[in-house]
Amino acid sequence: MSSLAEKYPDEVQAILAKYPADQKRSAVMALLYLAQRDNGGYVTKAAMEDVGNIVGITANEVAGVVGFYSLYHDKPAGKYRLQVCTDVACALRGAVQFVEELCDNLGIKTGETTPDGLITVEEVKCLAACDHAPVFQVQTADGLTYHQDMNVKATLELIEQWRKEETS
Amino acid sequence: MAEYILLRHRDIPNIKDIGVYQEHGGFEAFRKAVTEMAPGDVTAEVKKSGLRGRGGAGFPTGMKWAFMDNRNWPHYVIANGDESEPGTFKDREIMEHNPFQFLEGVAIASYAVGANRAYVYLRGEFWHIAKWLDQKIAEMEAAGFLGDNLFGTDYSLRIYTHLGAGAYICGEETALMESLEGKRGQPRLRPPFPPSYGLYGKPTVINNVETLTNVPMIIARGADWYRTYGTEKSPGVKLFSLSGRVNKPGNYELPLGTTFRELIFEHGGGIIDGKKIKAIMPAGASSSLLPATDEVLDTPMDYESVPKMGGMLGSASVIVLDETVSIAWLVKKTVNFFRHESCGKCTPCREGTYWMERLTGRIASGEGALQDVETLYSVAKQIQGKTFCPLGEFSTMAVVTGIERFREDFDALVKAEASE
Ligand SMILES: Cc1cc2nc3c(=O)[nH]c(=O)nc-3n(C[C@H](O)[C@H](O)[C@H](O)COP(=O)(O)O)c2cc1C
Ligand code: SF4
Repeated sequence: MSSLAEKYPDEVQAILAKYPADQKRSAVMALLYLAQRDNGGYVTKAAMEDVGNIVGITANEVAGVVGFYSLYHDKPAGKYRLQVCTDVACALRGAVQFVEELCDNLGIKTGETTPDGLITVEEVKCLAACDHAPVFQVQTADGLTYHQDMNVKATLELIEQWRKEETS
Repeated sequence: MAEYILLRHRDIPNIKDIGVYQEHGGFEAFRKAVTEMAPGDVTAEVKKSGLRGRGGAGFPTGMKWAFMDNRNWPHYVIANGDESEPGTFKDREIMEHNPFQFLEGVAIASYAVGANRAYVYLRGEFWHIAKWLDQKIAEMEAAGFLGDNLFGTDYSLRIYTHLGAGAYICGEETALMESLEGKRGQPRLRPPFPPSYGLYGKPTVINNVETLTNVPMIIARGADWYRTYGTEKSPGVKLFSLSGRVNKPGNYELPLGTTFRELIFEHGGGIIDGKKIKAIMPAGASSSLLPATDEVLDTPMDYESVPKMGGMLGSASVIVLDETVSIAWLVKKTVNFFRHESCGKCTPCREGTYWMERLTGRIASGEGALQDVETLYSVAKQIQGKTFCPLGEFSTMAVVTGIERFREDFDALVKAEASE
């Protein structure tokens, strides 16, 4: 595997340029997103080593950062991580029933991935969209998108769309 | 209200475009500050306005800026856009729809404390906002409002975004700085406070997004104008994020001192299905639970009045609970949140939230015994005052006030005899 710095020299430079020259370590979070994107949604040991080399810390220190934050993953999951907020405010507006019905329809439990490897449903904490419950975000290797005021039907249609894109 | 001060996009639809923002006086406050005012005068004006921090603690903003250690350089400014308190969604609306007013606030704060570099820290979920703000920052640079020699002076400033990655604790200012330094987001011991020891160990001002968005209007129109809104001790307007069992959840910009009743029943359209209101969480999941009595409903929402009712205004994320909601269930939800978000640094919080989660889970599922409620209460009490940062304290608020003020909801679920 070639290093991120060789593969994406401009992006790595742009990330480093955000911080004072003697504070490279600050770039670790953005570099981990880059590594995650490069590897289909999760960060490998080798990538942690690589990121550590770029900013001058050990792979273990990088792993500590990966483990601390919930949006970094060290294991593969579905291509689409469908992360539904079931926190207090959303739960008061039907989010728990929403996620249960959605999972029933997909034949999985929360935390599980559909057999085709496409979708993992996860329950997450408040997404700062409490006035638009039910709400979920979709995390892919490329980033995150919000889906607000959702219902099960619309969500299943969205998933159908992804499945079509997959086979076309 | 006659005119929006923060949610100005509701009056001026395309204020997110730099041209439109300029047509409506955009960057004139920043220009005025840099070309006509000494940094200390800017701070003095903000102090005079009585603006207090909108991130939770309500600390006077101008006073915070004046604390910056002028013997130690460089200085930094950080905008706290972590917005992770359950029930809070106001900073997001500002950044999505009125981004330049917020960024101008960052710029004026930076000038006031002599910072040439400012960071906007965003929760990782705000991926799209980071991209959006990067674009807006680039537009400001192109238009000459960021960069070197601003307005022909020797002042220079650059603003950068920094994306977190999913951790509520990173909203706490020192944990946020650790995170910005590329570390695990665990709080630092305070004091020293950020104005003497902040980002990279340098003097740092950190303010909430909403706090900073007030600043351009204060500089443009003056502290006296600002004080015509709100109350004597809590001047100005506030964004109230209203959620839960109300007909019209959303953000409402209202003067500080507006009553809960007006927010919930006039603006929020009352309770779903005409049910009876039961309790209010005025500050998100970290709130004490306020029983919705007439006295509470008629309480002005400001920094002085809400504590008199046994709560806090905090970030003013008002979650409404109606008669269909069991407080035992609610407490299980809040505890689950804090157990998940505890950073693990200190034992009372790490272990305490774990035990509270087991107990609240058992009680809410109807498996609990009377003794479990007593134990839950005493665990929460033991956590209080012993945690390294306020998160541990927050985790106990709904538990303690829930049991004290809504005991019947717990008793209804537990069996009288101890069970296993
Ligand atoms: C656990 C915890 C979470 C916090 N989360 C946030 C947050 O999401 N946004 C915020 O602005 N302040 C948050 N704060 C408050 C900050 O520590 C800090 O007081 C604030 O950013 C200061 O800005 P202000 O004076 O403008 O309010 C949090 C505090 C604690 C203890
Ligand atoms: S109180 Fe909780 S969040 Fe705060 S330092 Fe201790 S373990 Fe971490």
